[in-house]
Amino acid sequence: MTRRARIGVFLAAGAALGALLLWAYAGLPGFGHYRGPYGFVLNRIATPERHVTNVVNATTYDIRGFDTLGEEYILFAAVVGVVLLLRGRSGHRDAGDRVHSDLVRAGGTIMVGGVALVGLWLVAFGFVTPGGGFQGGVVVAAGLLLLYLAVGYRAWSAAGDERHLDPLEAIGAGGYVVVGLVALAIGLPFLKNMLGGGDSGTIWSGGSASFVNWAAAIEVAAANLVLYSEFLKQYIVPIARRRG
Amino acid sequence: MIATLAPLQSLVLVLAALGAPAVVLTRDPLRMIFVNGLYGLVLVVLFVVFGAPDVALSMLVVTTVAYPLVILIAVARVRDRE
Repeated sequence: MTRRARIGVFLAAGAALGALLLWAYAGLPGFGHYRGPYGFVLNRIATPERHVTNVVNATTYDIRGFDTLGEEYILFAAVVGVVLLLRGRSGHRDAGDRVHSDLVRAGGTIMVGGVALVGLWLVAFGFVTPGGGFQGGVVVAAGLLLLYLAVGYRAWSAAGDERHLDPLEAIGAGGYVVVGLVALAIGLPFLKNMLGGGDSGTIWSGGSASFVNWAAAIEVAAANLVLYSEFLKQYIVPIARRRG
Repeated sequence: MIATLAPLQSLVLVLAALGAPAVVLTRDPLRMIFVNGLYGLVLVVLFVVFGAPDVALSMLVVTTVAYPLVILIAVARVRDRE
């Protein structure tokens, strides 16, 4: 196809898409005029029924926990795909990438613990304040990645070791299903919240959904770490080779 | 219920509208990572001022750590092969 023809096709398709988008936007409710009934229902029932003050987390891990199970497995499948494509190359332990600045080393090392702690806090209080398994999981993984930035590849490779990350990821992904199956085994619907709601506004709220929350946190943290680990190996191997 | 846009919300929407084309128009991948990081932070503020702090927390980490790392390493690998 010539350049002219391509531009012609693009302009026609772009005009059609633009017109459809404008038409769709014109039909949206006005700003701040929420029309879905579910949001109002959730806001009304989350605290009295489920003893949860963060309605988002009550929705994600309890009321529509089955959807989140699917989402968790999307991440799981994506990371397995990355591993299938990239694994096999062993990371060179001594990549000669030592961090020479004391300030970066000291500051970064302190941050590792701080950021990981914030991540764990976000998971633990997911049913009380904004946060939850997914958010906390990515924060924990990012905190551990600071090991690479602050200390170097050798320190990171202890945290990013697939021999303990792979089982952890499996435990997170499988644990979510196990909580659902326990409900089935005692004659309740799959993933039905058990154990009662607990005390709203405390770490002891959310009932069995808090186990689901922790399973998701483990899965997400391990999945992110596996991803970082595989990508960093891709980076470290050529550096080591170049330096002989 | 919020019936009108607060000034901060309008400001962030304008910044987001400017930031997205800026990311696309930055041709050098290394510069693009930085521009994309700034654009991501605008989206983080956007989620906060529109009342979605949960989403903002995920976005904060994904946009400043996970995404730049993956792109940086991909760029390094491609340059290494050339």
